[in-house]
Amino acid sequence: MGNFSGKGDYFMCGIAGIIHKKAGKGVNIGEQMTSMLQALKHRGPDSTGYAMYGKDNGNQILRFKVAEAADLEGSYDIHATIKDRMETVNSRLTELGVKVVKKESPTEYAHRYEVQFSGDMKKVADFVEDVEGVEILSIGNSLELVKDLGDASVVSDQYGLNDFNGTHGIGHTRMATESDVDIRSAHPYWAYPFSDVAVVHNGQLTNYWTNRRSLERSGHRFSSNCDSELIAVYLADRMSQGDDLETAMKGSIDYLDGVFTYLVATKDQLGMAKDVMAAKPMVVYEGEDMIALASEEVAIRTLFDHRIETFDPYHGEVKVWQN
Amino acid sequence: MAELRKETSQEMGLHEETLKGRTQKKFFSIDESENLTYFHSFDVDTSKSATIDALDMTPREINREIRELMEKGIGDITVDNPMSRHGVGVGILNRLNLTFSDSLGYFGCGLIDGPNVHIKGRVGWSCAENMMAGTVVIDKNAGSTFGAAIRGGDLVCKGSVGARTGIDQKGGTIIVGGKTGAFSGFMMQRGRMIVLGDAGMNLGDSMYDGTIYVGGEVEELGVDCVQADMTELDVRYLTEKLALYGMKTPRGVEKMQKHISGKMLWNYANLEPNEKKLIL
Repeated sequence: MGNFSGKGDYFMCGIAGIIHKKAGKGVNIGEQMTSMLQALKHRGPDSTGYAMYGKDNGNQILRFKVAEAADLEGSYDIHATIKDRMETVNSRLTELGVKVVKKESPTEYAHRYEVQFSGDMKKVADFVEDVEGVEILSIGNSLELVKDLGDASVVSDQYGLNDFNGTHGIGHTRMATESDVDIRSAHPYWAYPFSDVAVVHNGQLTNYWTNRRSLERSGHRFSSNCDSELIAVYLADRMSQGDDLETAMKGSIDYLDGVFTYLVATKDQLGMAKDVMAAKPMVVYEGEDMIALASEEVAIRTLFDHRIETFDPYHGEVKVWQN
Repeated sequence: MAELRKETSQEMGLHEETLKGRTQKKFFSIDESENLTYFHSFDVDTSKSATIDALDMTPREINREIRELMEKGIGDITVDNPMSRHGVGVGILNRLNLTFSDSLGYFGCGLIDGPNVHIKGRVGWSCAENMMAGTVVIDKNAGSTFGAAIRGGDLVCKGSVGARTGIDQKGGTIIVGGKTGAFSGFMMQRGRMIVLGDAGMNLGDSMYDGTIYVGGEVEELGVDCVQADMTELDVRYLTEKLALYGMKTPRGVEKMQKHISGKMLWNYANLEPNEKKLIL
């Protein structure tokens, strides 16, 4: 997100995405995304986020955090609090019959569980998020959603993303303008409760509060005060009513007021939408095997050692690519 | 085709006002000697050539290198591997043949007055912003706000461009080989824009003056932009101008649409409420 302020808004937040059509066993999209996001650092140094899609091994991947990064510096008993929260999360997962087959903890506050569960994952998400200070970042069969403070090199090192193999991904570098510098307000946003759906956004939505209240009355949950989350929740709402991704995205052009360019990814698709004023940048490289998108060509250029052909999508344009 | 309705505003004397402030004529008065020299403009010899490999250079280093070469009198410079960097080739205030072997990022070749630039790739947003004179030719596509506020020279994109092309254009010529996005010619004040492909919505919105030629389809005209008749002079001008850059429109220049300001919004903010009602 960012402010719309004429020429000054060129450099607020950067978004990038990549999808390989013939990835087979996957390519190192972790390194590719880091390369692009690092080149966009000047657009947003506050936080960096990734939503990347790896191989589906049959397990569900649960990414969650039990505290903010800043909490570690500001509270004397935070370590005990984190331990308590983790115990509560584990007991609640057990209570719901969720079998955790693999646990990873890149940081003290951010965790990755591979789980086996055939029931209602929305119920799991709601029950886990009911624990104070706990937020589900994503649930999916192949989605890995990671976001933290710092630039892309910091976050990718911290979470070991530089050798992540997959088919596609989206990412975001954030300059905080309307909500705090914290993980909660960082992108991407998971489209709760839909598995494997994530969104990144560059822009400012002016009907955020009106539409948020309307969606909350319909039973949707918001985890932050960041206007960009509205896009994820709206798409989730439309898809829950039967829309496919492209139809939901086309609906968002009228539903969202303000200036925006956003990327959305699902298990096998990558989509892009631009507002009717075309006020936010997006450059697209469309090759035979790979599509790369970014707020600036300088990011895409890091992936190539030769000249490339790119273009700007037009106002009100929606594009969806399949891998 | 919409008819020009200029009687009302002209009867009200809105087109006859005297411009106030420092006009260009006064600004370049021979009595003001400081106005006769250009800070950081150099005498160069276009028969002297040099090449810069910009692969590992920052934009500031590239611009400094160009300036140092010009100081040495070199008038033909090629920049290899610009790598889509922003703000490159800016502030050049003298004649120079400058070639970029690949794409540029934002604000490429902004604030220039005189050089002939050839970009063998694409450009990002705001290429040649505030250009005063010279030529900039781009082989591929361009981003939004292409040629914002240019005052002179020829700015040519052989591919398609993004939104708000020629926003606040005050002179010169912008030529687009493909299509242009929404709000092209927004608040245009002078000059000409030639679009060989389609134009997006709100073309020429709130334009004060100037001319926009479109070879393809226009999605929607903006407020106060009206279609006008093509004249023989227009056809001749377009034919000769496009020939300069080896460009053609598939349907022929005679079939192009010409758009100008309806001038119904001219000085709109200064009108009394009853006057606003009169012209709307």
